Parts: sequence; C-alpha cells; structure tokens
Amino acid sequence: MKTIKVEVPVMAEVFARGERPEYLFWVGCAGAFDDRYKKVVRAFVKILTHLGTTYAVLGKEESCTGDPARRAGNEMLYQMQALKNIELFKAYEVKKILTICPHCFNILKNEYPDLGGNFEVINYLQFIDDQMEKRKLTTDIKALNNIRITYHDPCYLGRANDIYREPRKVLKSLTANLVEMHRNKSFALCCGAGGAQMFKEAEKGDKEVFIERTEDALKTGAKIIATACPFCMTMMTDGIKYKNKEEEIKNYDIAELLAMSLDL
Amino acid sequence: MRQLIFAITLLITLGIFAFTISRIIRYFSFTRAAFPVKNFGARFRVMLNIAFGQTKIFRMPVIGFFHALVFWGFCVILIGSVEMVIDGLFGTEKALKTLGVLHDIIMASGDIFGLLVAISIIIFLFRRLFLHVKRFQGIEMKHISHVDANIALSMILLLMISLLGMNAAYVGYNNASGEPGYGMYPVSVILSGLFTGMMPSTIRTTYEIFWWAHILLIFVFANILPYSKHFHVFMSVPNVFLSRLEPLGKLPNMDNVTREVRLMFNPDTAFTVPAADVPVERFGVKDVEDVTWKNYFDSLSCTQCGRCTSVCPANITGKKLSPRKVIMDVRARMKEKGPGLVRRGKDYSDNKSLLRDYISEEELWACTTCNACAKECPININHPTLIVDMRRYLVMEEGSAPGELKAVFSTIENNGAPWQYSPEDRLLWTKDLEMKVHSL
Repeated sequence: MKTIKVEVPVMAEVFARGERPEYLFWVGCAGAFDDRYKKVVRAFVKILTHLGTTYAVLGKEESCTGDPARRAGNEMLYQMQALKNIELFKAYEVKKILTICPHCFNILKNEYPDLGGNFEVINYLQFIDDQMEKRKLTTDIKALNNIRITYHDPCYLGRANDIYREPRKVLKSLTANLVEMHRNKSFALCCGAGGAQMFKEAEKGDKEVFIERTEDALKTGAKIIATACPFCMTMMTDGIKYKNKEEEIKNYDIAELLAMSLDL
Repeated sequence: MRQLIFAITLLITLGIFAFTISRIIRYFSFTRAAFPVKNFGARFRVMLNIAFGQTKIFRMPVIGFFHALVFWGFCVILIGSVEMVIDGLFGTEKALKTLGVLHDIIMASGDIFGLLVAISIIIFLFRRLFLHVKRFQGIEMKHISHVDANIALSMILLLMISLLGMNAAYVGYNNASGEPGYGMYPVSVILSGLFTGMMPSTIRTTYEIFWWAHILLIFVFANILPYSKHFHVFMSVPNVFLSRLEPLGKLPNMDNVTREVRLMFNPDTAFTVPAADVPVERFGVKDVEDVTWKNYFDSLSCTQCGRCTSVCPANITGKKLSPRKVIMDVRARMKEKGPGLVRRGKDYSDNKSLLRDYISEEELWACTTCNACAKECPININHPTLIVDMRRYLVMEEGSAPGELKAVFSTIENNGAPWQYSPEDRLLWTKDLEMKVHSL
C-alpha cells in the first residue's frame, strides 16, 4: 500500500490541452465552501480516482445553479445564473454532468432543459450503483463491521426524482445492518432545509423540523445516519448536537462511508 | 304521465347543473395558461393507475381501502343510474337487460357495492362524529367544512339505502307476483325476505317509492356537489387525468422572465425599452386571476382530506403553513371574486387579494418545497408550484422576502454562491488531497 497525491483536474486546463473528460463533476457551493461537506467531495474524488474515471471540475468558473434563488421566488436571478452556466457547459462541450448535491442535480437535470441546457445529469449514487453493477467497484460488506446505519432520504433525490433504490443498494453493500426510519422513501420527512430554508430562520412554530427528523433517526438505534445531501448533512449534524448524542451516533455521507470501506 | 314528470325533473336537474357549470367555466376563463395537455397515452395510464386503481389513497391502507370501496362502488352503481334514467325517459324496465349476463354482473356488483359503500360511509361518519382525527382539524377547517362533509356522507348513505331498498322491493315483487325479473341481486335477495306475505301491489308501490327516492336523491346530490367540497366526486378523475406529468422536483419555467433575461444578455437589445403594446403580465401569483387553470382545477377537486397537511414538515412542527389551506383558499377566493370578475370584467378589483387577505407571507415562507404534500395527494394536486408562484410575486413584484434571503440573492449575484466566499476560493477543498492505493 502506498499513498498518492490526488490532483483534481480543472476543466479550463484540461480543455486547453485538448482533452475531453467523460464527466464534468459539478462540485456545488456546499462542496466548495462548507467545511464539513468539503470532506464529502474529497471522499467522492478519491472514489473517482480509485475507479480511474476521467472527469474535471469547473473550479473558479463554477457558479451557483440558482436553486436557492429560484425556490425563494427569484426567477430572474435563477435564470441569469442558469443561462451563464449553460453557456459555460456548451463552451466546454460538456455531455455528462456528475453531481453530489441533490438540489444541483434536480435543477440541472429537470430545469436547465427549459432554458436550452440539455445534458446527461447523473447523481453520484446512480453513478456508484452503475459502477457496482458493472463490477468495476466491489466492496467488502464487513469492512465497516456491519455497523447499524439508517438512511435519510433527501427530498430532491427521493420524491423529486424517485431515486430510492440506488442509495439503499450502495448502503447494503457496506453493511448488513441497514435499518429504515418509520418515515422512509416517499414518506420520508424533510430535514427542514429545502426551498431556501437553509439560508433563513424557520418561521415560528413549536419545534424545528431537523429535530423532529433527528428523533426519527435516533429511534432506529443506528450508529450512523447516512445522508446524501449537503443541507441534510448540516441539519442532521445539528440535530445530533442538539440532542447531545454526538458520542452515540454520527452523520456521514454515503460517499464518505464508501471511501471508508474501501480504505482510500 | 310518469315519463313526462321524469323528463321534466331531468330537464330541471340538467338545467341547474348546466347553469352552475357554465359559471365555473367563466371563472376558468380568468385563470392563466398552465402546461399544454398532450401525451394522452401517459395521461390514461396515470388515470387508470391513480384514479381507477386508487393507488395513492392506499398510502394510508386502512381508511384508503374503504375509500376505494366507495369509489369502485360509485363506478358500478353509475351504470345502474344510467339505466334508471333510460327507464324513466322511455318507460322501459331494466333497459340494459339486453346486455344479458353482463347486465346480471352489473346489477349484482351494484347491489353488493351498495352494501359495501353503505358500510364504508357509516365508518366514515362514525369516525368524523366520534373519533378525533387530527387530519380533520386545523385553522382552515371551519365548522362549515365539517357540516359539508357530514351532509355529503349522509346523502351518500341515503343513496345506498334507497338503492338497496329499491333492489329488495324489486326482487320481492318478482317473487310475490311471479313476474320475471332481470339482473342478479345477491344482497337484496336476503333483504327481500322483509316483503314476504305482502300484497304484490304494495311491494310494487314500495319499489316505485324507492326508485323515485333514489333517482331524485341523485339529481339533488348532483346539484349540491358543485357547491360542496364533494365536487371532488366529479372533478377528481379529470384532475388526475390532467395531472402535471413532470417530476415533482421540477418547477415550471417563467418564459416571460426568460425573454427579459435574454434581452438583457444580448448586447444589441440590452438597452431597448420593451414594446409598449405588449401587455405586461404580473410576475407570479398575487390574486386568484394569476393562478393557472390547473391550480383552480386542483382547488375544485380537493375534498379537504388533509393528507397533504398531515405530512407537511412545517405543519407537523407547528408552523402556520397548511398546504390544504392554500388550495382551499384558491377556491374560496374565486368564489368571492369570481362573480365580480364576471360582471365587471378582468380588471375588477375588490381591494382584496389571495395573497395576504387569504394566504399570509408567513405561510409561504415556511414551505421547504419538500413535495411531501404533492406526493401524498391522492388526486395529484400540486401545492408547491403554487406556493413558489406566490413567492415569485413577492420577490419580483414587491421586492419583499425575509432579510436573510435578500442577502442570499445579492451574494449569489456578486459571488456566485449563497455564502459569502470568493469564487477564487472554490478550489480550496482540493488542497493536500491524498489517498491510499491498494495495489494488488
């Protein structure tokens, strides 16, 4: 075993060399700026490297998809962001886009086509599932000692895009002890951060949504809450802290769990 | 004589119904365009699956089962009602008997479902009157909503009692008089025991009374429905057929904004003033004439079951938002403003609006756009697109939004991210990234 340095390819440089990577990896703002979520992106890049996938990131040229603006009603700002991004994708002859953030995934996949941006948009869990299906990626189910994991469905993968199977399939290859919360799949409760709620205080009520959801997760007795969305991660991590359960239960993204089990 | 009375009654019924519907169609004319209705194959599949298959109502399996019984029962019994109308108009008896075995099956299943629907309705009434169902509570559930529900349920129960009474008397009369009967009535055969020993003519009169009671109840019910939340009975199947077929996560594009943004981005047109003769359409939804025909259709189809609100994360945690209320408000506001719009035209104003007078900003900003409501709705009502449309009005027409969100807008505009970091720092996460390689 040896340790190597991972250089993340940047589109502008790669493109200038005349190379056309298979995927544009869309990092997203949380991946670029949220300290906790940066670890998720790093884990995923390790997986890409492990698989030998050719990809590049936009780096400094990446700009918000416009999702929080759009869901907060600022259609004008969203469309300005979207049109700029679409032009950039076209300039780099992008065909396939890999995303980890479900909000970016949804907007790139479902909403950019209305503005002339037609690309094949793939969520990382679909991608990993596909790699496993093709036997390019094999995991050892005992690598994580069959730790009990519960999966929190992000609304923008689940209900918004009917992706329930892939995350569970990946997780089942990492542990034989995957447990469901009582509200799961299309019945899953939101973490409370969608629709631009991430960036504002919640309206007056008698409870925070993320606490209600964290309680669902705690009831399963799981040691790990697996998430697949940067906003869900912030919310679940906050929920664990609020409940003072940081010793008993941890929050990891599926990409991190996979990288851990592969010992990358 | 009997036929004449029937024909007049039917004409009055259809007349009132046509009047009600024409008014509702006028109301639709004030609404905005939504998606184009095409892709009929997919629409039929959705209708068969969700409406006739009742698949979404089964998301709550126990009570959903009883609803499905009522729905399927209505479908079968409807054929029997059509036969009654033919009989009434032409003086025939069991006009559809020419269908032979099929007629037997229709009558038999109508008879069985008559009982099943009656049982289900008794369960529903019992639940509403004596059990505390959280879903039926909430700020939008006024006294009138509960009265409306109980009246409709009682009417359905009466419909079923008159149906079974009619069938039982029919079988009883045929047994007593020896005249041939048509159709099979597995439940009413048992009930017909009540008529043993009675004069055939008495049984015949009883049959006539039940027959008229049943058909008149149908006529009255049909004309009450459009004014009740139970308009659902007519509207829900078409509403499912007219579903938005896009993934739930997708919001409809605002093409008027696209035109403006493209003008802005094109250096040749960036500074031109838009042509004055193009009517300026309000961005987003402020009042009921800004909603799409589909939003209004949704509101007429909603039967206030509250499944949407019961799964709403905002509502569960005590916030003011209730998706059911948003949909009910659209209908209530059209009911209030519609007549004025009809009389005085599209520019009519009563100095009120859907936004604020009905739906507060606090409700709108509490939505997480998680789509739990839309997923849960048994008839595919879409609440989040309407909520976002109202936010669009607030933000783009009034510049009003919670302060933190305004800050997010300017950060996205200036830094291309919802957080205040420079685009220059977008690659910091790649620093010192190392991984282990397990060579074989």
